[in-house]
Amino acid sequence: MAEVLVPIGPQHPALKEPVSFRVWADGEVIVRLEMDVSYNHRGIEKGAEQRDFHRTLPLLERICGICSHSHTTVFAKGIEALMQVEAPPRARAIRTVVAELERVHSHLLWLGVAAHEVGFNTLFMWTWRDREAVQDVLEALTGNRVNYGINAVGGVRRDWPPDLVSTALDRVAPLGDRVRLYADMVAREKTMLARFTGVGKLTREQVLAYGAVGPTARASGVDYDVRRDDPYLDYARLPWKVITDDHGDVLGRTLVRVGELHESLNMIQVLLRDLPPGEIRAKVPRTAPPGEFLSRYEAPRGELVHFLRTNGTDRAERVDVRTPTMANWTSVAMALRGRWLADIPVIVAAIDPCLSCTSRVSLADPEGRDRGGMTWDELREHGIRFYAEGRHER
Amino acid sequence: MTVPALLLHLLVFPGLLFLVSWSLALEWVDRKVAARMQSRVGPPPLQPLADFVKLLGKEVIQPGGAGGRVLGLAPLLSFASVATAFLLLPVSGSSPLGFQGDLVVALYLLTVPTVALLLVGWSSSNVFAAVGGVRAVTQMFIYEVPFYLALLGPALLAGSWSVSGIVEWQAGRPWMGILQPVGLLVGLVGLQAKLERTPFDIPEAETEIVAGPLTELTGRRLAVMHLAKDALLAAGCALLAALFLGGPLRPFSAALPGAVEGFLWFAAKTLLLLLVLSTMRAATARIRIDQLDAWGWKVLCSLALAQMALVPFLASWME
Repeated sequence: MAEVLVPIGPQHPALKEPVSFRVWADGEVIVRLEMDVSYNHRGIEKGAEQRDFHRTLPLLERICGICSHSHTTVFAKGIEALMQVEAPPRARAIRTVVAELERVHSHLLWLGVAAHEVGFNTLFMWTWRDREAVQDVLEALTGNRVNYGINAVGGVRRDWPPDLVSTALDRVAPLGDRVRLYADMVAREKTMLARFTGVGKLTREQVLAYGAVGPTARASGVDYDVRRDDPYLDYARLPWKVITDDHGDVLGRTLVRVGELHESLNMIQVLLRDLPPGEIRAKVPRTAPPGEFLSRYEAPRGELVHFLRTNGTDRAERVDVRTPTMANWTSVAMALRGRWLADIPVIVAAIDPCLSCTSRVSLADPEGRDRGGMTWDELREHGIRFYAEGRHER
Repeated sequence: MTVPALLLHLLVFPGLLFLVSWSLALEWVDRKVAARMQSRVGPPPLQPLADFVKLLGKEVIQPGGAGGRVLGLAPLLSFASVATAFLLLPVSGSSPLGFQGDLVVALYLLTVPTVALLLVGWSSSNVFAAVGGVRAVTQMFIYEVPFYLALLGPALLAGSWSVSGIVEWQAGRPWMGILQPVGLLVGLVGLQAKLERTPFDIPEAETEIVAGPLTELTGRRLAVMHLAKDALLAAGCALLAALFLGGPLRPFSAALPGAVEGFLWFAAKTLLLLLVLSTMRAATARIRIDQLDAWGWKVLCSLALAQMALVPFLASWME
């Protein structure tokens, strides 16, 4: 059979955000593919350099709709380090609880999406119903369901009265049983096992070579988790362990995430039972002294890095965001080669891609002279011109 | 049969009017049952009808380069074939249009929608539709063999090639589902694959190939194609109910019941089979075409063959 071009994306039912895979297939088998991951550039990095630290937080919160708390925490943590202040213990505990609740709702969402990609809609509906409970808890604790707005530079913005904490505990407790049920389904449902086992296989060496992070790396036996290896917030004092697996396929990534669900639920309960008393926000200076800081954080999808450079003003001179999805793309492209067309959705979904977070623009001057960047106004004008001239439809 | 009675049979009961309402009702039951299993509310009873009417009123979009005649005719052909096959099946009593060999005719007619899907996929000038059409036929070659083998078991045992004849044979004897349980099982799995429902919704896999062959069908074409699918569900359940569960027969009764009672038994058995199909749909993930290929030939076909091999022994034991 001749090779056919199957365009998966930028609009396709398997994708929740725009990305384009141009797949050449020989019948049902993938021969090669091209990826275009940048459809939704929003200029957030540039925008973060235009605002003072306090106004940057709500902007960074909107990088991702799932790991919104990750982006604000990693930024606040970095700026606090540059300012040489530390968030009070109670604030750190509250940040940790929200971070782990975020991981729980993200992993439940992922489990549902992965099941949906292989047509198992019952698990999809069930996990999303339980995710609703987590979001209700988040709403009760922070006031919001998606962009929680709990973080501030120097601490958190909202204290939790004891009755609120005990209500949250009551609602989180039953989720452990549900997660055990899903773990059991994943381990025993024959059709799902058939679609997950041996699919998207990556060896430990491949993972290290392509720089994959998060559950994708841990499922191939890479024992690496920023929460343990570069501890921040309260992780050093909490009882938990890094989940790894040796399958190296989609099943392995599922098992790692289900294991992490247990660890996270456990951490949340330990923290909520024993929240440290005291202030929730440290007093911070208006400006940060000149300096550079590489702030690392284990987001639900893997290691998230913000590189921050300050210059003595109340704004960051440079904010560079490296999202885990960016680190995982290469491994996806490698895992897809030679696989079945039907495996594309589940292999892509297995890294839990967050596509719009990965879109970047860089300037290139072919003659290599101009090494400058764009100002905010230039970027804005460029964006308007880009769409007015229809260049996005090339 | 007089002309008015024949017209009544063709157009009202159990013909066109009944088939359409019965198919939409079964679609509702299926959707509702699956929704409750997935802890959703599910649609109200008239939702399938509303969907159908709404689609009828929508614009028909003709993709550039696509074969308009095929896209227009294939849905009609599918529905007509299934509706014809349904006339041969016993609904409230033996079908007056039945004859020796109508089982084979019905099986052939029920295959037409799959072939129509290939034609639609091929002439849609869309890569997803083309892949879906090829998958539909590939899948057909896998499930049809065990499905036919399973359905021929009852015919061999009863010594009749007429569906109504097989039903009459079961009056006063144990039903085929008890004598040939493996055949019933293979028949149910084969029907699920024929209907392209999870775990066999490979040709329409939404997350892989959008809607498969149906991708470029719009408006009334899509409405009729959906209706043909629903009618196929009704006809498939009716066929299995007749061959394996005695169709309109009352349990432990040697005589054919009256028309009303017969219909009620038929409806109860159809719903029972539908419940099994809905559970199968809700409890599984979609498998891959290569996995279906291996499993269909190695497991399903072997089971059907084993059941067939037992039929001569069953026949001599029954005497």
